Amino acid sequence: MTGLDTIRIAWRGATANKLRSALTVLGILIGVAAVIILLAVGTGSSQAVQNRIKALGTNTITVLSRGRFGRGPSTGGTQSQNAVLDTKSLQTIEDPTQAPDVASVSPVVSTTETATYGAASYSTSVIGTTPAYLPAEGYTIAAGSPITAIDVVNRRRVALIGQTVLSNLFTSGENPLGQTIRLGSASFEVVGVLAEKGTSGVTNQDSVVIAPYTAVQDELTGESASFSELLVQAKSTSALNDAAAEVETILANQNGTTVANLPFSVINQGTLISTAQSTSSTFTTLLGAVAAISLLVGGIGVMNIMLVTVTERTREIGIRKAVGAPRSAILAQFLGEAVLLSLIGGGAGVLVGVIGTHFKIEGVTPVIAGYSIPLAFGIAIAVGVFFGLYPANRAASLRPIDALRYE
Amino acid sequence: MDAGQDRSVGGHAVIALRRVVKTYEMGDLEVQALRGVSIVVERGDFVAIMGASGSGKSTLMNIIGCLDVPTRGQFFLDGIDVRTLDESALSRIRNRKIGFVFQAFNLIPRTTALANVELPLVYAGIKARERRERAAAALDAVGLADRSSHFPNEMSGGQQQRVALARAIVMNPALVLADEPTGNLDTVTSGEIMNMFSRLNAGGRTIVVITHEEEIAAFAKRIVRLRDGLMVADRRRVPVEALPPKLAEATVAIGAAG
Repeated sequence: MTGLDTIRIAWRGATANKLRSALTVLGILIGVAAVIILLAVGTGSSQAVQNRIKALGTNTITVLSRGRFGRGPSTGGTQSQNAVLDTKSLQTIEDPTQAPDVASVSPVVSTTETATYGAASYSTSVIGTTPAYLPAEGYTIAAGSPITAIDVVNRRRVALIGQTVLSNLFTSGENPLGQTIRLGSASFEVVGVLAEKGTSGVTNQDSVVIAPYTAVQDELTGESASFSELLVQAKSTSALNDAAAEVETILANQNGTTVANLPFSVINQGTLISTAQSTSSTFTTLLGAVAAISLLVGGIGVMNIMLVTVTERTREIGIRKAVGAPRSAILAQFLGEAVLLSLIGGGAGVLVGVIGTHFKIEGVTPVIAGYSIPLAFGIAIAVGVFFGLYPANRAASLRPIDALRYE
Repeated sequence: MDAGQDRSVGGHAVIALRRVVKTYEMGDLEVQALRGVSIVVERGDFVAIMGASGSGKSTLMNIIGCLDVPTRGQFFLDGIDVRTLDESALSRIRNRKIGFVFQAFNLIPRTTALANVELPLVYAGIKARERRERAAAALDAVGLADRSSHFPNEMSGGQQQRVALARAIVMNPALVLADEPTGNLDTVTSGEIMNMFSRLNAGGRTIVVITHEEEIAAFAKRIVRLRDGLMVADRRRVPVEALPPKLAEATVAIGAAG
């Protein structure tokens, strides 16, 4: 009894009832395909989230003054409640001896205004900042020129507009450069148009007007010497954590407090990415687990069919034993049949899974996880062995006289 | 009984049963199917075992066929003490020493005649090419060389039983054991099958046929009768060395098969 004989006998058994075998194979197929597709959806959405976070800016740390959003419980003493992000904070962080890992710092003063041009009006967020903000946030200029340091110093009312603002205020083909738009009651001259950036989560990053912070403070927010936010750009991705630590230390020293009691929120993009990664890996694991359950159900299908097959072929088992088939040969025959079913189901499942991942699912472009194919295929085989063992063992243990007498 | 006698019994006999008892437990009830049967069948003999249903002949056939083991007593098959063997050794014995022919033919469905005949050779671990050659030769010996690629459901009962006969002799067993081989066949076909057994016996094969029909038993050289688990008659009609009775009567030329 060679391996080839076993395979041949198992194949003949599996093809004896084609419809039933096909349905059993379908159960495994769906399980394997589900594992591959759902893991691909998980991986795809995880990559999409990471890309969105990266689209927020490169190597950036955001310092938020908590006062604007209500005091945090860790704020502590009264003097820190008055803590503000001001020009002094900005200059200290910019100092390369105190913060060697920081490439640039941009102050951010933000508000929401209704922009009007002629008869058209559109509600947009207005960001007052310095020229360094644009590269830090990943904005590029599509037309015109960026705001300059001189604009900031001279408090000039110039503005860069995003694509959504452009399309809402100006008719297509109209040149916005040099035109004057109104933000609330103030007039700003459009000097440049930002290239399209897309959305990050819920925020439309193209619905924005960027102007020198000095002009925004003069005309719109009214405050002076205090910023709602500082955008710090680190020298590289690997320097992100060092830069964040330096910023925290500087701000803590300035406000006479410790890093733990800092009255500001320092949001490190690196931690944001790793948080998102761990969230999406949990999500992927969950998807994989659901798919694995369907594979398990497929395995139960194999067992069910094998038990029916063994009962149906009791007489055949008796004949085989009478002509000298040892226990091991009967075991191999039925185990081989179960494994054959799961092997075909696994192979077809990989095929369907790979084809299935070429389609966009719920807005996510699936990305096949390299490990998922051998994993799903391997589990399918293991399921075949596991669920085939009991029926095969039952067949092998039949006594030949009982099996021959069976009608 | 002394050891020397045991050895001589196991030595030249194909079957040596001594005071074989078989009891079945049916719930609390103990049923004695065989109550001390002793038979010696020599090589080349053609024996019919007769008895009504319930006489114990099926139990005897299961024991001789190594499908079941005696509760008490001794059983030597071709000199081998079967009681000492484990399950895998028993399947080897069934494979090498015994060829079965059943009343219901018992061919494997959806499997060609040739593949059915090959089956014992598969379990004996013989290579595919030799298997095909030997199976084809056995089919030829039962006159079915032209039916080798037919499936059981495409053949008549007589043809199916001849395939089963080819399967029984393909391993060159010491014993061909037939359980009511003509029970499902008409009279003409029964005669054909029994003639085939006679020719095989003339070719030197030891044959034991279990039957309840006198016409079938008439083909054998020796008739053993069972009743209520005991042997009640043992009549030798022709010597072991002689031709089987029906074959000797026939005027046709003898083509020794096998």
